[in-house]
Amino acid sequence: MTQLLEVAPEIPIPVLTAGIGAPADSSHLASLEAESIHILREAVADFARPVMLYSIGKDSSVLLRLAQKAFHPGKIPFPLLHVDTSYKFPEMVAFRDNYTREIGAELIVHGNRQALQDGASPFKLGTQKCCGLLKTRALLDALESGGFDAAFGGARRDEEKSRAKERIYSFRDSAGQWDPRNQRPELWNHYNGRLAKGEHIRIFPLSNWTELDIWLYIYKENIPIVPLYFAKEREVVVRGGSMLLTQGPIPLLPKEVPQRRVVRMRSLGCVPCTGAIESTADTLPKIIQEMFTFQRSERENRAIDHDEEGSMELKKREGYF
Amino acid sequence: MAVSQQNVEAAPFEHLLRQHLGHDLLRFTTAGSVDDGKSTLIGRLLYDSKAVYEDQMQAVRSGRLNRSTGPLDFSLLTDGLRAEREQGITIDVAYRYFSTARRKFIIADTPGHEQYTRNMATGASTADAAVVLVDARKGLLPQSRRHAYIASLLGIPHIVAAINKMDLVDYSEQIFHGLQNDLQTLAKQIRPEAALSIQCIPISALEGDNVVTHSQRMPWYSGPTLVEYLEQVPVTRLKDSAAFRFPVQYVIRPGDEFRGFAGQIASGSVRPGDAVMVLPSRQTTRVQSIVTFDGELPVAAEGASITLTLEDEIDLSRGDVLVDPERPPQVSRRFAANVVWMHEVPLELHKQWLLKHTTRQVRAEAHRIRSRVDVITMQHSSATALGLNDIGVVEFESTSPLFFDLYAENRIAGSFILIDPLTNATVGAGMITRNLAQKKAVATSQLPSALTAEEMTSLPRLVTAAERFQKQGHAPAAIWLGTQASLAQRLERILFDSGHNALWVEDKDRDLLSTRDCVRTLYVAGIVALYTAAHHAEHEPSHLPAIIHATLQSAHVLDARHVLDAAPSQPDASDDDAWLQSPAVRSILNWIEGLRISSPERYS
Repeated sequence: MTQLLEVAPEIPIPVLTAGIGAPADSSHLASLEAESIHILREAVADFARPVMLYSIGKDSSVLLRLAQKAFHPGKIPFPLLHVDTSYKFPEMVAFRDNYTREIGAELIVHGNRQALQDGASPFKLGTQKCCGLLKTRALLDALESGGFDAAFGGARRDEEKSRAKERIYSFRDSAGQWDPRNQRPELWNHYNGRLAKGEHIRIFPLSNWTELDIWLYIYKENIPIVPLYFAKEREVVVRGGSMLLTQGPIPLLPKEVPQRRVVRMRSLGCVPCTGAIESTADTLPKIIQEMFTFQRSERENRAIDHDEEGSMELKKREGYF
Repeated sequence: MAVSQQNVEAAPFEHLLRQHLGHDLLRFTTAGSVDDGKSTLIGRLLYDSKAVYEDQMQAVRSGRLNRSTGPLDFSLLTDGLRAEREQGITIDVAYRYFSTARRKFIIADTPGHEQYTRNMATGASTADAAVVLVDARKGLLPQSRRHAYIASLLGIPHIVAAINKMDLVDYSEQIFHGLQNDLQTLAKQIRPEAALSIQCIPISALEGDNVVTHSQRMPWYSGPTLVEYLEQVPVTRLKDSAAFRFPVQYVIRPGDEFRGFAGQIASGSVRPGDAVMVLPSRQTTRVQSIVTFDGELPVAAEGASITLTLEDEIDLSRGDVLVDPERPPQVSRRFAANVVWMHEVPLELHKQWLLKHTTRQVRAEAHRIRSRVDVITMQHSSATALGLNDIGVVEFESTSPLFFDLYAENRIAGSFILIDPLTNATVGAGMITRNLAQKKAVATSQLPSALTAEEMTSLPRLVTAAERFQKQGHAPAAIWLGTQASLAQRLERILFDSGHNALWVEDKDRDLLSTRDCVRTLYVAGIVALYTAAHHAEHEPSHLPAIIHATLQSAHVLDARHVLDAAPSQPDASDDDAWLQSPAVRSILNWIEGLRISSPERYS
């Protein structure tokens, strides 16, 4: 006769779920790779004119390989931008030119010519001001003159405290600034790349990678990196507690005597501001093995991170990567 | 000698390298505020797993804002922003990384207070497990309840409650068991219909008890330590046998001879030769090859970022989706979703948002807010808008169809974000719970055409029943509510507000036949008729519903009296919200919701 109601009350809570980014090869490197490739492809679809910040370091090398993978068999559909402070290691510049030619990538090299003509240097200005002119200013100018609305960077969240809170799609206002308290929420794998005129997005496909992941991946994928990462006898001076390589534009101070030591670089920056570490690790397995013994973080030898409490955050707010 | 020594040294490293290359990845969330020991716990996980370097610890020790009176304040390690260190609070989601001998972990570390519901939801959206912190001295505080609820809402399958500060309650077994019971009660509250399991582990993050190693001070506890639990909990994936979903991100076309569709598999798996259907075009073809930089693959599964080539030339672009033709997703412009609102600008009805779902972006508006949820009491109440950090059940209509699965079945194909087209801000996150157009076929096929009532007019009508119902967006119904006049009174209002054409009719004088005719006329006109009887005595069954059912002979006749009788407590008209959310009333509203007929697809 009459129908007895059997409709269950609305239940707003799901019972079962699918995970995110765990491919059939369930290793963490495969998950990270798949996630990064997804991000690169989203960004290329979302933005009219993306560019990849290419710093020549190990993270850039991994990012470049991921870009090759994301668009294979096509070419990488965006140019690489190297912000050249003119204080980079000569080996880095040589590697940059050879490797980008080899893989057929389009390379843009940009420097703050005016500041360099005016004699900007870390010795004269201090690292903060020097970075501000030769890196941050040069970067913002390059983004603007190229009309780029999105820029990929190889930064990782494990590198530094303020980076732990930065989004994968990191919004910058029309002055290139980051507002850490007003970031767009990022859920699942949905990214919001909407922009008004003059704004841009920095994209960090390696956000969830750690330093160890980077090295494991370089080893597994056999990715070429700058030889400075491998230990070798090199000429150094000891200055302010760190060992600086004497190659390139680094004037000796009075009484400084160069010595020859077996060293390598753990991260790469500008010659005057990046210290070497004493190490005999001259192969990838040795580098990885050494990682397990490290007591110090990789950015410890980067002067710019330690000028002031929270200095990375301040630089990022102004537009630094 | 030298050689063998080298081997001894090399072997453990080879082992270590293989181990690390083979690690899988577990993402989990934590939530909590400054004083419940969350920072201490995370600090301990990072420190004990050697994910913190000595110079970072030194920075913590020498940081000029070190608030700690104890030996180490781990929160200075985890609070990344200046404002946070200055104010001693945690503002945003921070991601942290560590690995053990078995697995690599990503922690989405979120603040615990109410105003950070959106951060908790963000952290939970990608997590496989949630660690809910409970202070053993204080019991279940609102923020533990909130975190457990949000973890469950976002579909995290594994929830573990870390009962912290056991050192401050003398490692009391009794206190632990009491809290364990409280958490079981909470699990039932959160998800009454299917037991949500919450694993409880007694720990002291400060002293390290049961974090990595088993505590000597709690011999009565034989379960896993927190890290053991996290090392063993399965990483959530749908089965490879799940229906194939492949949202197309990008078309790769380096020359005339290659055309590949790049994307990340949202669920299921794919092999060359598999039949696939393209949505929205519904064309079918077969997969020709799975292309990657590292060579072609024989098979690829959920989570893999790949490029597919197809056997036929099909017009296909970003926003389209390749699916298993045997098990297609739902295709609809009307759906209900659980929504977490994330912005000061509120969710209001009939305002247009950009909705981003997989690789597809459409415009959508909310048509109805079915309820707002209090995440502490788990009670639903009515609402006309959702504010920042509100959670609610909302009905949407989009300008063009989405191809979705329910969130409960597929976290990627069932979720979306909402963007304010004016400010470009991400304002909300949605988890689809229901396809509202689903009943369309049922509703139209079961339209009571016999009732187009040749018997009521001398010439056939020129307006068909289907046209009439289509126009107003729902099929008619006749709902018997017994003597519940106040219920009918309120339902009439609620249905009117939600866009139904509804009318309440009361049989005042036991005039069964004129009430029958009245209800029948309303029914033919396409109206949801709510009918009650005024005077009959408690024990005297009315014949009215039987008469009406015999007259209408339709599936759209509901005797809701049974529902009301079966309900544990009668609806209490004095308490609006409780009344509206009582299971009985909700089930009636749900039933009525099923009468909706979706309007013609305007854009598809």
